[in-house]
Amino acid sequence: MQQPGRAAEIKANGIGKSFGSFRALDNLTLDIGRGEFLTLLGPSGSGKTTFLMILAGFVQPSEGRLFSDGVDITDRPAEQRAAGMVFQGYALFPHMSVEQNIAFPLKVRKKSAADVKRLVGEMIERVGLKGHEKKLPAQLSGGQQQRVALARALVFEPGVLLLDEPFSALDKSLRGQMQAEMKRLHQETGTTFVFVTHDQSEALALSSRVAIFNHGKLLQVGKPDEVYDRPDNRFVAEFLGEINMLPVKGVKPADNGATGVCEDRAINMRCKAEKVRGDAILAIRPEHMSIAPEATAGENGIAATAVASTYLGAATKLDLTTRQGAKVTVSVPNEVAAAALSKGNSVWLTWPAEKGFLLPDGGQ
Amino acid sequence: MMKGTLSDRMGAALLMAPLLLFLILAYAWPFLGVVKWSFTLPTAGLGQYHALLTDDLVQSVFIRTLRIAAIVTVVSVTAAYAITVVWVRGSPVQRVLAEFCILVPFWISVLTRAFGWVALLSNRGLINTWLQSIGFISEPLTLVRNEFGVIVGMSHFLIPFAVFPLASAMRSLDERVLLAARGLGSSRMRTFWTVFVPMTRSGIIGSALIVFVFSLGFFVTPAILGGGRSVMIAELIYLRIFQSPDWGLGAAISVVLVVFVGALMALLFRYVKPKQLV
Repeated sequence: MQQPGRAAEIKANGIGKSFGSFRALDNLTLDIGRGEFLTLLGPSGSGKTTFLMILAGFVQPSEGRLFSDGVDITDRPAEQRAAGMVFQGYALFPHMSVEQNIAFPLKVRKKSAADVKRLVGEMIERVGLKGHEKKLPAQLSGGQQQRVALARALVFEPGVLLLDEPFSALDKSLRGQMQAEMKRLHQETGTTFVFVTHDQSEALALSSRVAIFNHGKLLQVGKPDEVYDRPDNRFVAEFLGEINMLPVKGVKPADNGATGVCEDRAINMRCKAEKVRGDAILAIRPEHMSIAPEATAGENGIAATAVASTYLGAATKLDLTTRQGAKVTVSVPNEVAAAALSKGNSVWLTWPAEKGFLLPDGGQ
Repeated sequence: MMKGTLSDRMGAALLMAPLLLFLILAYAWPFLGVVKWSFTLPTAGLGQYHALLTDDLVQSVFIRTLRIAAIVTVVSVTAAYAITVVWVRGSPVQRVLAEFCILVPFWISVLTRAFGWVALLSNRGLINTWLQSIGFISEPLTLVRNEFGVIVGMSHFLIPFAVFPLASAMRSLDERVLLAARGLGSSRMRTFWTVFVPMTRSGIIGSALIVFVFSLGFFVTPAILGGGRSVMIAELIYLRIFQSPDWGLGAAISVVLVVFVGALMALLFRYVKPKQLV
């Protein structure tokens, strides 16, 4: 975080933090690559914000070491790390104009007046705040304040930009706009971004990698499609989006995958069954299942009854109950849902062998 | 302040009514008499107000009062600021200590405190004796019966009052803004001066106005610690009414003082809400 203009590479080694008897963060080891866009995702109290504060230097870890470009920065105070940071609620200086807010980190670094003027001008242009230079934060909209916060955090070319739920106060359409803007800024600056959110769709849309936290533990790190399609455990699977859980009996490894029995029908799975034997859970996303009048031989399928539907515009969400009582949700084309409901009785739920993944029975 | 239903407000008004009645009977009514005197004694007209503008003694006392009030304001608000920072942002132990320092003065009467300062500051008082015994000075310093003594005594009295508007401003400050400043590379010192102090501006203004207004009407402290040599406006009114029976001029000075203080109070309440003062 010390060399301006150059993305930092961060290594967290066995970081832990206790507040009294509360364990906020437990034995976290994580490498953040140069120029990466890493999202820390988890419910509130999961430790993601604590980790961000440790990265910024506002919170001292109880144990473990933190390295930036190979240098141990664990004991370095926040003002000497100088990671750019965007806070929840932006934390702009209310008594300074837009211009003065953005100039602040440059003045702290004793840049010449000419440099300050040039860099601030460039940044204002880049985040689209031209014409608002002299305004106070209170005179700006939420989206504009957000841009000031981003500009202020990026203007001194920090090695890493830390963002603490920056979009939580914005309405949905503005959120989308700011997300796109942030992606663009990430590409333009090439800086390492570490982004905290509890919104899984935001995490999947923005990041090059997602780190999922719960109860102070880092559960899984991976590219968005990896963690979405191949979660390591039930919490990650459920946190990243709606998912169906079907009990499977007699799971055995087979050629390029595994076999088992689901609702008295033999099924094939392409996922590996390394840790799973016997009884297990097959987890499948709603969009990977379809409705058919009949399951052909050798195809994965179970019988179910449609009980309710929710019209979503582009598709319909259909709730079904299997013969053995499992609740399943599928996302299907609108006319398929209407047909399934009008029949009022049994349909078949089918899915390709490549989709879905096995989790230990009842396990986390 | 004015939120709530009509019946709430009626209830509040009824609760305050006895106090209001007391204030009218004990202050407003007699003060109207003072206003009347200022225009009628010794002869009817604006003579006393004219005298106010031309009397050198009255003018020098007015100027001295404003000067002392201004100095006391700067001293008190500065000291109170330091104490309040410790009180609001210090460690738990520091907070308790600061609170103790703020509250204890309220338990000691203004008279006792003034004499306490005389004991400390007089020629043969504690401070001079001590400084002489360590050989720092050979002749005692004149610390009392002058403006210095008055300023010390008044500041000591007014610091606790200066604390509350400051504390209110510091408590409502968003902690994240301070973190943001440090995260952007600003040292603690720089953050304090460029972010913390400007963000507590309303508290500073409120605090300064309270101290200034209180200072203008001080009587006991300047009378004792000034020793007749640095007479302030309240003492002058006393002298005009009780010693050189010149009730008309005394009344006119009173009216000018009350109008001036009233104007400052109006200004004060534009910056601070009444509930921030306690």
